Amino acid sequence: MRGESRVRIVLLHPRLLGTYGDGGNALVLADRARRRGYDVEVVPVDGAASVPQDADVYLLGGGEDQAQTLATNLLRKSGLDHVVGAGRPVLAVCAGLQILGHRFADPSNQAIPGLGLLDVTSGRGAVRAVGEVVAEPYDGSPVLNGYENHRGVTTVGAEASPLAHVALGIGNGDATGTEGAVQGSIIGTYLHGPVLARNPALADRLLSAALGTLEPLDDELVDRLRAERLSAAASARATGRLRRWLIRRRTG
Amino acid sequence: MPSKLPPGRALLSHRTSTPSYQATGTLSSAPRGRDLRTSLAVALGKLTATASRALGRGGGSIIGGRVILAVQPRALSALVAGRPVTLVSGTNGKTTTTRLLTDALRTRGSVATNASGANIAAALADTVATPADQLVLEVDELYLPRVLTETRASAVVLLNLSRDQLDRMNETKAVAARWRAALATAELPLYVVANADDPLVAWVAEAAVDVTWVGTRNSWSLDSAVCPDCGRLLHHGPEGWFCDCGRHRPATTFAVVDGRLETPDGVLPLTLQLPGTVNAGNAALAVAAAAARGVAPVDAIAAIEQVTSVGNRYRRYSVGGATVRLLLAKNPAGWAELLSLLEPSNSTVIAINARVADGRDPSWLWDVPFEALAGRTVVAIGDRRLDLAVRLAAAGVEYVVADGLRAAMAVRPEATAVDVAANYTAFRDLALELDRAR
Repeated sequence: MRGESRVRIVLLHPRLLGTYGDGGNALVLADRARRRGYDVEVVPVDGAASVPQDADVYLLGGGEDQAQTLATNLLRKSGLDHVVGAGRPVLAVCAGLQILGHRFADPSNQAIPGLGLLDVTSGRGAVRAVGEVVAEPYDGSPVLNGYENHRGVTTVGAEASPLAHVALGIGNGDATGTEGAVQGSIIGTYLHGPVLARNPALADRLLSAALGTLEPLDDELVDRLRAERLSAAASARATGRLRRWLIRRRTG
Repeated sequence: MPSKLPPGRALLSHRTSTPSYQATGTLSSAPRGRDLRTSLAVALGKLTATASRALGRGGGSIIGGRVILAVQPRALSALVAGRPVTLVSGTNGKTTTTRLLTDALRTRGSVATNASGANIAAALADTVATPADQLVLEVDELYLPRVLTETRASAVVLLNLSRDQLDRMNETKAVAARWRAALATAELPLYVVANADDPLVAWVAEAAVDVTWVGTRNSWSLDSAVCPDCGRLLHHGPEGWFCDCGRHRPATTFAVVDGRLETPDGVLPLTLQLPGTVNAGNAALAVAAAAARGVAPVDAIAAIEQVTSVGNRYRRYSVGGATVRLLLAKNPAGWAELLSLLEPSNSTVIAINARVADGRDPSWLWDVPFEALAGRTVVAIGDRRLDLAVRLAAAGVEYVVADGLRAAMAVRPEATAVDVAANYTAFRDLALELDRAR
């Protein structure tokens, strides 16, 4: 793949879907590709522009309600379906995950049709899920860590599979204890952080889907960050257990 | 003076071409006849605040205010006792604008203000209990509707709304919607001073009857991508923002133009000691609000130009042989501005925390254009120094991770000028540390 050493990363509607730092996913992919000797081009797609068909990775981030609906409408005839049909890797975060599904709920709880590219359906939960998340991927890859901030409740259909099992946090929030969804070349997740900054294995999974086998990188710094975050999460979990135990003792 | 005009309300209006800056109404200096319960609440609150300070648990205004409100839930309205109240709210610039406005108003009388930046309802009770002619209160964005109702404020300054502490605020648009509802139902008269360059603030303020629009040259547009009214994509042109639905940046009465200030009295020079275009915008809003309270722009500017630092922001400390300048930014919009103030020749230290008051999620670091620091070495400190270091690495900025300020300064011991930029709780802790080191 080094012969054609240019990597193109498409960032879909960053002005609408970039509320929680998710544009950072493009920066992380660009950095990891550059460190492996590739030239990188990040291509933001805004407004009514159509989606480039021949890029290497496609990214969708989280956004506010009104922006989410607008982004969905802009993406309907954008050619994103052909990109998915061609098996190009797509990462969809939070609102992005919901947009790719069959439908999601707007603030008045009205169902808005999604793009139907991912077999998930999202509704609106009673409370907002806000906090650190630790989730164990079903494919045995390294544990995922990030921050969630959403009110979506997402059910994964038969065509897709959940991405991970939630150890801390809410995730899909549909009582299955799952987080995110995977289908073909699409990976969907509720995690910010941004998710690729805190989970380099996930970043490399997207890159290798486009570029083939990748050289390993020195990840000493990000490994330190992950160790710190996972240890903070472990103590948060222990505190949570202690609090629940105390409440049970008081009420029981 | 016509008695129909509300206390503290000036004749100035953007419809008047030759404004007079005489304050109208009476300014009562002492809170009138407090009821027994309110007096008791204040006495207990002061006692608690004093005890908190004595125990070294902080300034005491929040715990003191909590006690006041616990004893007298209606304390805010009781303690205001008819005095004119001006509220200042927004994502960035609350503390600075409140300080500038307070200094401008003090040219004409006494002003009580929450200068410490303690801006949630409990902390305000402590300030409102202070005797003064009028009150200027910095208010947290989420508390603005409640404080507006309870204090019956007759003036509100709306600075800007952008992403900040999303774990607490959730969505910026939702905060704007609450503000809009509060203005639409607020007791009149209510004089609103609003930043015309922020489309969300413009949408909020148009719900008010009496608005003075101020041009600030606020350039942050990441959180105003869509029209708050119709949901279409906003455009940004030389005349400011506009939408295909017909909405556009309102015409302004006060505006920053090339470092000077357009006012109804003509274009006046504005030479601030506070750095950056953002502070020129804050000054413009403060001058407009002061005019509403009867202070002529030329007098307001003279007072504002004296301010060198606000609550330790931009303050210089001497540590060993080095001059350390302390800077604060709390969110992407603030950081984008701050990065342009860092001196390339200075040693650069950045401190990041993610405690409750900062917002628990530091994902916003990836919205900050740290790429602008490429070519420099940045020392990362604070609770979340590793998150910062990962961000700097991806931005192509050389970094060193250090355990604290002392270790950070040891990285370049020969440096004589150090810029220390920090977010909220990191800034607060560093200011204390630097004070002790003096």
